[in-house]
Amino acid sequence: MWMKKQLRIIAYVLTLLLVLAGLWVGSAKAQTPTPPTDDQVNAIARQLYCPVCENTPLDVCPTEACRQWRELIRQQLSEGWTDAQIKQYFVANYGARVLAEPPRSGLNWLIYILPPAFILLGVYILYRALRTWIKPSTAAPASSESDAKPLEDEYVAKFEEELRKRN
Amino acid sequence: MTEINNAAPKRGVPLWVQITIWVSLVVLLAIVGFGLNRAQQGTVQPGDKIPDFTLPLYSGYEYQNQSNVKLSDLRGKVVVLNFWASWCKPCEQEASDLQSTWQTYDSSNQVVFLGADYVDTEPQARIYLQKFGINYANGPDMGTQISQMFRIQGVPETYFIDRDGILRYVKIGPFTSADELKSQIEQLLQ
Repeated sequence: MWMKKQLRIIAYVLTLLLVLAGLWVGSAKAQTPTPPTDDQVNAIARQLYCPVCENTPLDVCPTEACRQWRELIRQQLSEGWTDAQIKQYFVANYGARVLAEPPRSGLNWLIYILPPAFILLGVYILYRALRTWIKPSTAAPASSESDAKPLEDEYVAKFEEELRKRN
Repeated sequence: MTEINNAAPKRGVPLWVQITIWVSLVVLLAIVGFGLNRAQQGTVQPGDKIPDFTLPLYSGYEYQNQSNVKLSDLRGKVVVLNFWASWCKPCEQEASDLQSTWQTYDSSNQVVFLGADYVDTEPQARIYLQKFGINYANGPDMGTQISQMFRIQGVPETYFIDRDGILRYVKIGPFTSADELKSQIEQLLQ
């Protein structure tokens, strides 16, 4: 009986120790930030282009310079930087040309305005051209028909007159 | 008279739209042409006056305890401006030669070496500088503004600027020896 009581106390103490240990480990884990995953790094990297290897997004660029940049992004993410802060850092250090999407300011507006404007203009020109192409073709048979009738009548009349003369 | 009355009214594109379109096209062509011309110009040429610039310097790599160096403040001295990067393998070939040549001229106070770190990260740049024992003034080319001003084609590239701020010689690629570097400096010191 006494033995059973002692075992129960030991079991309680051990359980308590395990719970406390769990809490301690848990709190220690919370202090260590989770390292950023490749996907998190690439999510930002694909919005950037390295000036050394033009036309290749940073997330897929195989050069050493780009690998260093990705490592820098990883480090900044692990330090708690936001996406905007990281992009701002890259613009300040390497210029606005590193951005996949140029900032909407100054002459950059041309990039956003001109292509849609030219597309709209192209559509308008095509529309007008199609109208001018279609009109004559639909009008042509009507006019030829109306033109042909009097000619035919005239011919028939002349033919009949000739027949009458012979008779 | 009848023909005029029967004719359909002309509905063309308004004049102001036509003018806008043509002006836009001309402006666009001018911008593209300017860009192409600039791209084909190559680097700045010897004989060109170098516009003023300020190079921020890495901590520990200052110039006369200043954290920035301005080209116009270096008038009267020969400036050797080297563009490099830690990821650039050919840069490693000349790193030691640059350092040893700088040591040769440092005490003369007539020649200034500047390292402009192109598209690099500071931790890697510091590793590179320590690896080659470099301790002349070095700093990042912030926003690639200086390299764009010089229209560099890659790294390494080295620009020799005379005492009056005129570019005298451009070396594309790494130096093969310290003597090659020294011969250019000596010509500018004469």
